[in-house]
Amino acid sequence: MTIFAHTGDEVRRGAKFMGLSEAIAEFVHDGDTIAMEGFTHLIPFAAGHEVIRQGKRDLTLMRMTPDILYDQVIGMGLARKLIFSWGGNPGVGSLHRFRDAVENAWPQPLEISEHSHAAMANAYDAGAAGLPCAVFRGYLGSDLAQVNPDIKFIDCPFTGEKLACVPANRPDVAIIHAQRADREGNVQIEGIVGVQKTAVMAAGRSIVTVEEIVDQLPNGRDGSVILPSWIINAVVLVPGGAKPSYAHGFYDRDNAFYLGWEEISRDRDKFAQWMKTNVLDAGAAS
Amino acid sequence: MSWTPAEMMTVAAARALSNHDVCFVGIGLPSAACNLARLTHAPGLTLIYESGTIATKPTVLPLSIGDGELCETALTTVPVPEMFRYWLQGGRISVGFLSGAQVDRYGNLNSTVIGPYAHPKVRLPGGGGAPEIASSCGEIFIVMRQGKRTFVNEVDFVTSLGHGHTGTERKSLGVKTKGPSLIVTDLCLMRRDPEMGEFVVVSLHPQVTREQVQEQTGWPVRFAAQVDETPAPSEAELAALRELNERTARAHGNAPAA
Repeated sequence: MTIFAHTGDEVRRGAKFMGLSEAIAEFVHDGDTIAMEGFTHLIPFAAGHEVIRQGKRDLTLMRMTPDILYDQVIGMGLARKLIFSWGGNPGVGSLHRFRDAVENAWPQPLEISEHSHAAMANAYDAGAAGLPCAVFRGYLGSDLAQVNPDIKFIDCPFTGEKLACVPANRPDVAIIHAQRADREGNVQIEGIVGVQKTAVMAAGRSIVTVEEIVDQLPNGRDGSVILPSWIINAVVLVPGGAKPSYAHGFYDRDNAFYLGWEEISRDRDKFAQWMKTNVLDAGAAS
Repeated sequence: MSWTPAEMMTVAAARALSNHDVCFVGIGLPSAACNLARLTHAPGLTLIYESGTIATKPTVLPLSIGDGELCETALTTVPVPEMFRYWLQGGRISVGFLSGAQVDRYGNLNSTVIGPYAHPKVRLPGGGGAPEIASSCGEIFIVMRQGKRTFVNEVDFVTSLGHGHTGTERKSLGVKTKGPSLIVTDLCLMRRDPEMGEFVVVSLHPQVTREQVQEQTGWPVRFAAQVDETPAPSEAELAALRELNERTARAHGNAPAA
């Protein structure tokens, strides 16, 4: 658990090792602002499916790049709001459930707070740094500033330069997938590490699913990032936990699935049937 | 030797890059152009993708900006907040390549909505990195297939600032970077006329007529006083591009990203 000195939250030493359904039941609540982050890589599908399976609802979804997983949560009617900066199926096309929600309020209206990547990245950074807002050079000449009341401008008190200001991203819970944890629950992320570390450190609670548990974390690998165990609430062993996305060093992206999602998700009934068979009626991954 | 309009467009876009450039690469057409440049006349070109991969040298075109190949062939991979703050905002990118669903005569881009924002006819993916790429890179190249539905008189939404609604607004907004200076299409090259503020045709691709260009443009398109013919793709350029696309198709098991 994160130490927030200014809020007086209690400190707990060491992450708990748990099963997936237990971790989601304990740390994800209805109405939460939830960030299940992954920049194409290490997307926490298994955990996200358990969130859907347990019917966590009224969620404010937070994500830089809402993808198939978020399309699924939105399509299941579990989201009331989405905070994001780019929502699509990379290399394939649209997210049809996301579009249905925005264009037709199906299955229920979806409030959106739309940002740019720079804003979201800065907002997570500010959240991790314990600040109430993020300041950066951005949104100049963009209509996004006119449609999102969470985008404001301030003047630098020293130079007078006009800078953009957005609220810090402080999700109630962050869920990420990583390559491994050691026996104490220290986590190692490799490859395209995205915004995962920052999101975990910006969140009130966090769950990390991992491919493997090892005696010792190996040193100095591609983009390697370590999350000490005491800033995480739960570590869950879920081999394959990022499928159909990929895990650097473990498995490739299932491109056929991403392509196939286009047809499955276009049609509301087909989507619902697929979700029932493959998510609701399937057991938790661990 | 024959080529497709898409190939001409990719080759023309690649030619705009040089060895000295540090290029922020968007997915799709920009990615093909940037990688072709690196494989042909600009081997020293530095490529950066917004997923955090620095000086990446993929041998196939990635399907998305977060593909593993980008990390495997990169000098290093940094976290996304560092990418946007130190590299982009910190002024370390000489050129950004952008695309969009719509572009207007001043290089303003729309990737947000078709129709009104509150009740869109089509909800597009959104800005992603583009709004700050447009204002933080040294300059911007736009590469898009030309058509009346994409080259519009007025974009439905300004996601990424080009030169504003009058063509001269960057300065008044306090933006210090050059902005879009080149638009590459499958029909022609356009450059910004500093006096008029709008993009004008400076080069027609081989066998393309002025009438064709006007047919595919939603505003009364202007032509420079001197309009050149774009040099046709060379054998070497075509070979490199086709090999890149073939390798990509084999790797992904489907049509290449560009």
